[in-house]
Amino acid sequence: MAALLAGCATDGVGSPSGGSASGASTPPKPLPLGLAQDIKADPFPSTYRPLPQRPTAIVGATVLTATGAQIENGTVLVRDGKIERVEAGLAAPAGYDVVDGRGKWVTPGVIDAHSHLGVYPSPSVPATSDGNEATRPNTSDVWSEHSIWPHDPGFDTARAGGVTTLQILPGSANLFGGRSVTVRNVPSRTMQGMKMPGAPYGLKMACGENPARVYGGRNQSPATGMGNVAGYRNAWINAAAYQKRWDDYRAKVEKGEKADPPARDLQMDTLAGVLRGDILVQNHCYRADEMAVMIDIAKEFGYRITAFHHASEAYKLADVLAKEDICVATWAGWWGFKMEALDGIEENAGLVHAAGGCAVIHSDDDTLTQRLNQEAAVALSAARRAGLNISEADAIKWITANPAKAMGILDQTGTLEAGKRADVVLWSANPFSVYAKAERVYIDGALTYDRKDPRFQSRSDFLLGMGGR
Amino acid sequence: MLRRFTLKALVAAAVVALAAPIATAASAETVAIVNARILTAGSAGEIANGTIVIRDGTIAAVGANVPTPAGARVIDARGGVVTPGFFATGSQLGAVEVGALGNDLGVRNPDVSAAFDVQYGLNPLSPLIPVARWGGITRAIVMPEAQGGGDGHKDDAGTTADFAGSGPDSITHALFAGQAAVIHLGAGVDILVRPKVGMVVPFGRAGARIAGGARGAEIVALKALLQDVRDYARNRDAVRRGGYREMSLSIADLEALVPVVEGRMPIIAEVSRAADILALLKLAREENLKVIIRGGEEAWMVADQIAAARVPVLLYPLSNLPSSFERINATMENAARLERAGVLVAFETAEGGAHRARETRYDAGNAVAHGMSYEGALKAITINPARIFGVGDRVGSLEVGKEADVVLWSGDPFEPLSQPLAVFIQGRQQPMEARNLELRDRYRDLNGAYPLGYK
Repeated sequence: MAALLAGCATDGVGSPSGGSASGASTPPKPLPLGLAQDIKADPFPSTYRPLPQRPTAIVGATVLTATGAQIENGTVLVRDGKIERVEAGLAAPAGYDVVDGRGKWVTPGVIDAHSHLGVYPSPSVPATSDGNEATRPNTSDVWSEHSIWPHDPGFDTARAGGVTTLQILPGSANLFGGRSVTVRNVPSRTMQGMKMPGAPYGLKMACGENPARVYGGRNQSPATGMGNVAGYRNAWINAAAYQKRWDDYRAKVEKGEKADPPARDLQMDTLAGVLRGDILVQNHCYRADEMAVMIDIAKEFGYRITAFHHASEAYKLADVLAKEDICVATWAGWWGFKMEALDGIEENAGLVHAAGGCAVIHSDDDTLTQRLNQEAAVALSAARRAGLNISEADAIKWITANPAKAMGILDQTGTLEAGKRADVVLWSANPFSVYAKAERVYIDGALTYDRKDPRFQSRSDFLLGMGGR
Repeated sequence: MLRRFTLKALVAAAVVALAAPIATAASAETVAIVNARILTAGSAGEIANGTIVIRDGTIAAVGANVPTPAGARVIDARGGVVTPGFFATGSQLGAVEVGALGNDLGVRNPDVSAAFDVQYGLNPLSPLIPVARWGGITRAIVMPEAQGGGDGHKDDAGTTADFAGSGPDSITHALFAGQAAVIHLGAGVDILVRPKVGMVVPFGRAGARIAGGARGAEIVALKALLQDVRDYARNRDAVRRGGYREMSLSIADLEALVPVVEGRMPIIAEVSRAADILALLKLAREENLKVIIRGGEEAWMVADQIAAARVPVLLYPLSNLPSSFERINATMENAARLERAGVLVAFETAEGGAHRARETRYDAGNAVAHGMSYEGALKAITINPARIFGVGDRVGSLEVGKEADVVLWSGDPFEPLSQPLAVFIQGRQQPMEARNLELRDRYRDLNGAYPLGYK
């Protein structure tokens, strides 16, 4: 117990009295929050609160649980913000609001693993186009949450498409673009009011053409693929040294020795967080050969790549990606807009899935995020055209359970399982149909969007009094 | 309801398609597609269970009680759906390969603006064309790209393909981006159907940028340019001899604009904001211009005025965000509301309708999901663009005598889970092959003894 407390104290950010529990005769004074390196400390804590809610029973629907099951005539019980029960033929208990799901479909809330809502909002104007700190190739010190404009009308249109959770990433101009943040798709005055409690941070990294173009164009490094790789490796060497300085300092403090704390470095904080496994690597990388190099770099420095994003060529490396347990967040229809996307095919997700991998359909786009179910349908249709036998019960994972895994929140959401956050979409039809619309969207059990009731359709501040509406 | 095709049936149909002779010989072949639900997009509407006969490149018969001609190759649709081939309207097909590497649609030449003609730069062998065919696309309206705007792919490096801005010095000749063409997507080396079907002109913010910074300047500049064209048309010889006053456009550009001032060639006006649409309609009345609206995100707000002016609208059905101050009132219901007002509507596709042209059918489905009639959405990707661009008498619907652009689908073509089983263009069955499918098949099995390039 003492050791546990001591461990806590050496972090330097425990309760003010925590430091005295270390047992040393002259306990060092804990460092102020801003000067101690502690990845778990969050100086911008979530203030998210679910909307008001009542116990709810959706009855009689076809339910895709995203655990591989399709339940006909299913009932989904929601209580206290959690999924309570999912079962066929279950009657609604007394005291529950009953929603008639007959002829309709229910899925977990859609999760977009790659969004720039808020950081590249509508309208697209320089004042708020804040997704790329394209001033240095390594900006792992910047956090996307500090660019989020919570009034982006795109959050509202995404919610109408069933999106309940999003990972907001910095752009891909840099080798290290900065930290991503996971948000609940609720209207809020502040970014903190959307921030998902307990969700790990991500680190946006970028392979390929973008960093080399942005910096090469300025006659700086990186200008080439090999310059990119040198940039990653140099940064990890520095991050490991930084982590060691803090480890040495903590060891001395723990022994009661006098020690000066190292200077804190925001850039290195994030990278060291990756090395310790607290921050998940979200790696923009189109080409299979570049993914293979990135995997080797991760092994060289002892970190994990959680997901490759865009990953147009993942199907060329599907076996390796499955073995390394790296998720693939991709599109179905986008290809050819630049050289590294030339070999993108609609079957990418299906082939990754068939190889036993974690396929994710993402948007990277404020329009596509409104229809991730349709993009998954395009991918599923192409997979079936190729003879792959994939069920809708499995394919729904591409926009629910698998992005939750890629964002490190699968223990909280992404499937309809008892005890998880009640993030639920009621669809007017099979969500793999182009005609299906999200009728009701629940976030933590609270009705947050209702297509048929304007009282549950939030509108951005920006649109008030605009354009004669 | 339709019976969904089993995989077996789909594969069988694909085998038939692969085995079929293509190109030269196929045009003489007579084909009968039987047991199909036929959506004609023509006066016959929907035929619940019918036959369509293709002979000599044209539709020889279509209907519920059409006999199968002797000697015809018969394709049993088994309840599948037959539609006209779809149009990619506002497309870059044939004029782009890799988006970031540029295209053959944007010109910055003070002597070639209105005269720019996309017909001369088309590549019939572009690998994008077979990919688009897999979306049931058989025709495209290829359009020049205006300066001052741009609709390129926005990637998350924060860079947009930006054709914006002629800089501080205005270059009003660039108000005319050049002339569009109709192409077909059939295999072969000649894809041009009809050139010079419209003159692209940017309005709103993009036009204002070219004209020096303000919207009001563009209308004034356009009027002055059109006056030059009229003067030129009346004094061609004098202008050519140099014995006339100085003109603001090159002779080639003036010549290209004569059909515009004579109302024979429509201008394809890129415009979003309701107020800008009204300004455009006023300009068109004053100058006797034939107009097609392109973009039209706020067109629904002035739908009655557009309908009264009999101006068609080309729109992207998924454009519903206030992505600029010109599109504050963008809505998914734009198409439905215009349809209700009696406006002739055609759909454009995302990002210039080239790599993503195959998504056109889903866009139509989304328009239906947001209030448009099914028939209206089908026409918006078939007969309407054909009519708007002057080829409605030849293609765009399944009617006897028309060129046989015919697609057989496994189910409702607007549904992603449906797939095309056979595509005919001008009566020729197209090979169901494409670069994306070759990549797919190469990488199906990753564990062979030899590197995959040997396959």
